[in-house]
Amino acid sequence: MKTIYLLIALMPLAGAIIAGFFGGRIGRAGAHWVTSAGVGISAALSLYVLAGFVGGNIEPFNGSVYTWMVSDGLTMEIGFLVDELTAMMMVVVTFVSFCVHIYTIGYMADDAHNWPKESLAGKNSYQRFFSYISLFTFSMLMLVMANNFLQLFFGWEAVGLVSYLLIGFWSVRPTAIFANLKAFLVNRVGDFGFILGIAAVAMYFNSLDYAEVFAQAPGLADKQITLWGDHSWSLMTVIGILLFIGAMGKSAQVPLHVWLPDSMEGPTPISALIHAATMVTAGVFMVARMSPIYEFTETALTFILVIGATTAFFTGLIGLVQNDIKRVVAYSTLSQLGYMMVALGVSAYAAGVFHLMTHAFFKALLFLAAGSVIIGMHHDQDIRNMGGIKKYMPITWITALLGSLALIGFPGFSGFFSKDAIISAVSHSQIAGSGYAYVLVVLGVFVTALYSFRMYFLVFHGEGPRDEHAKAHLHESPKVVTIPLILLAIPSVFVGMFTVGPMVFGDWFKNAIFVLPEHDTLGAIGYQGVGWFLGHGFMTAPLYLALGGLGVAYYIYMKKPEIADKAKDMAGPIYTLLDKKYWVDEIYQAVFAGGSRGLGKVFWFVGDRVLIDGLVVNGAAKSIGWFATVVRHLQSGLLYHYAIAMSLGLLLLLTWFVIL
Amino acid sequence: MSFEKFLFYAFSAVLIFAAVMVITRRNPVHSALYLVLAFFASAGVWLLAEAEFLAIVLVLVYVGAVMVLFLFVVMMLDVDQAAMRAGFIKMLPVGILIGLLIAGEIFMVVGPGTFGLDQVAAPERLPADAQNTAVLGSLLYTVYMYPFEVAAVLLLVAIIAAIGLTHRRRGDATKYIDVAKQVSVRKGEDRVKLVDVPSEEKMELK
Amino acid sequence: MIALSDYLILAAILFSLSIVGIFINRKNVIILLMCIELMLLAVNINFIAFSHFLGDAVGQVFVFFILTVAAAEAAIGLAILVVLFRNRRTINVEELDSLAG
Repeated sequence: MKTIYLLIALMPLAGAIIAGFFGGRIGRAGAHWVTSAGVGISAALSLYVLAGFVGGNIEPFNGSVYTWMVSDGLTMEIGFLVDELTAMMMVVVTFVSFCVHIYTIGYMADDAHNWPKESLAGKNSYQRFFSYISLFTFSMLMLVMANNFLQLFFGWEAVGLVSYLLIGFWSVRPTAIFANLKAFLVNRVGDFGFILGIAAVAMYFNSLDYAEVFAQAPGLADKQITLWGDHSWSLMTVIGILLFIGAMGKSAQVPLHVWLPDSMEGPTPISALIHAATMVTAGVFMVARMSPIYEFTETALTFILVIGATTAFFTGLIGLVQNDIKRVVAYSTLSQLGYMMVALGVSAYAAGVFHLMTHAFFKALLFLAAGSVIIGMHHDQDIRNMGGIKKYMPITWITALLGSLALIGFPGFSGFFSKDAIISAVSHSQIAGSGYAYVLVVLGVFVTALYSFRMYFLVFHGEGPRDEHAKAHLHESPKVVTIPLILLAIPSVFVGMFTVGPMVFGDWFKNAIFVLPEHDTLGAIGYQGVGWFLGHGFMTAPLYLALGGLGVAYYIYMKKPEIADKAKDMAGPIYTLLDKKYWVDEIYQAVFAGGSRGLGKVFWFVGDRVLIDGLVVNGAAKSIGWFATVVRHLQSGLLYHYAIAMSLGLLLLLTWFVIL
Repeated sequence: MSFEKFLFYAFSAVLIFAAVMVITRRNPVHSALYLVLAFFASAGVWLLAEAEFLAIVLVLVYVGAVMVLFLFVVMMLDVDQAAMRAGFIKMLPVGILIGLLIAGEIFMVVGPGTFGLDQVAAPERLPADAQNTAVLGSLLYTVYMYPFEVAAVLLLVAIIAAIGLTHRRRGDATKYIDVAKQVSVRKGEDRVKLVDVPSEEKMELK
Repeated sequence: MIALSDYLILAAILFSLSIVGIFINRKNVIILLMCIELMLLAVNINFIAFSHFLGDAVGQVFVFFILTVAAAEAAIGLAILVVLFRNRRTINVEELDSLAG
């Protein structure tokens, strides 16, 4: 089995290396074949592993592959922990990545247009892109398959690095460079907390291995440490919050969410990859994986819950006023990540991971559909310029509709099960902050439906594209684009109803996720089968809110478009607030960027100009110069002066010699 | 006082007297001549110390060659004596003070307390047939062969340097033979120069 | 008997006199050169005295080399003096200050 796991992880890396270093030699077709084949093999093997777990003929695997070093009893190694959680993540990652690979063949076909002529960076950009997305897959696989914190951190950072490369893929655009720098810097903030958390784990558990750490966790549950002063902290809370700060960066939770919308500067396939399967899900996965630690710290869980609920609702609101098709989907991702965090916060880890999976499918689908529309619209991304596209792009239209229904949680679609499980779990939670979270996630359902179908109606229904030229050229995208859409649409619709039973309410995650009995919010729901769960959905508010949101969107954008403008005028300040995204970016620019620039200026002036340049560098030169002008007078050039000086020196030496 | 000691004091007195005269004479020629005297006196002292070969060398080489060179230069140069003496009196007290200090300090180090007869016994007199020259020669040509050769090269360098410094290129007025040019002459064009001489125009008779 | 200290004190007096000579004849390069010769003579007396009292002829070998170097030095020093005089028409040290900083 170890060989299979190694193959799963290393095939994408091999593809990335071949396409990256030999891209010029193997050509465009060679690059997309080799990378797609690598990820395809990974996907197939992952499916095989998952099937093994479902059939019960594969046992969870936990073993090391390579010991990097042993330092003072702390073993650092590369190893795999493959259990049900990992198997599911592997399938999601490789499957979505595989679809994205195929889709990219179509999307990036005319990438040469995006580069200035004769640009060196534009050379072999197609192959490079494939290399990056394969590397992305590899990084994410290393992250989810890790059996120790070090490898988790490696995957964590590798994902951040490749996301940096991909968001700034069109490196000739200033906005792309700004966005990738922003993503990287914001992630650094989170990673700093993350590595502090890992350091705390290594310090108090004296191990980096998951199994050892988790085995020790109950024993250390009540341990108190002092960070500064006399205030003592619970060790688990400190570790939990520090690790979660890392997750906030990667999974784009408020207030570290600002990089995610800007990451839309990258090509659409990587938006799908970042938002659906890799990168942003890392934080959710990590918290779920760390459930044996988080279960012992209600403070950290509350922290997660509040952050998640805040993200879920308030970023959804921003989605209402966005006009860029990709940004609408991006804010929807933020909001859905908030839902996942809420689920983790109420100890419904299974529901969070379940939502992660369903979301991966339908969000990837929505992104790819958006990309398909963008191809059709010749890279115009403004939804106000679109409309009536369903006539021209039927497959895109159908799949996008299915994706949107799944997103808002329409009964029977996969999103319904996952979101309803989360909301029910929140309603049963007793933990501090759950009331606040419940209100926000329920309202969030309405908002989700509203912005999703606002976009849907504006893009696919109504009058045709404003631009006649664009209208004339509008046609369905090629097969390499539509086939991934169809491939993703299938799980978006069906995966929920077939897996919700075993995954969320069954004992599928019994080896991977640990929940204290008093936190068992999912058990409190009292699940009695898929049919019952569907019926349960009809008894609660979220379903009606979702349908209400859908209806309102239909009424406003199909029947009375003028209402939208009126509402905009009436709610002027609120609209501005949302349009400016709560001024978070501006605040960051002013406080952090401005602050560090100011600090830098102070250091530059005081430290560099005055102290180093003025005092040390020029000061040394000046003092030497001054000394030289004084000493210069000794150099009279007269022979007898030197002779006399020599004699006097001899006298001094002699005196010294005699006296001592 | 033994005769030997008397000789030593006599030579020493002459030596110190000559040295004082060297540094105080107004005319450099006198100084040079007193320096010759000083060399003679110190040669006598060296003889007392059984360094016969070096005493002879001092007289032959120093007095015979170096001092003659000094005198030659001093007499050749037309030196303004008055200007040279300026500041002589002014510097005299300082010079004497420094000199006394240095002498005093050296006495403290090498005085009779340290190197007197009680500390370092006088050596036995060498026999009458002792060969100072042979001893020196056998040392120089065996143990100190390389330094000896280096000293020879040093003298050669000094000769070349002295000539190179003082040699004066003469102007075009003086003709002299450049050996290097003679040697580098090639057969053919350098030896024979063919000159085209225009033939005389035929006179037109009218 | 002549003591070693007698030779050494004689050399010391000679050395001090030559230093005084450098001080008081600071403008005349020729006298300066002569003072240097005197200094070397003082040093040579030391060498010979030690050689005599320690019964080791190596000290005389050293004197031999010092004489060689002193001869070379005198030759070159005088040559420089001649060139100097030819170029500046003076050997007054006070006027030779082109090395002034």
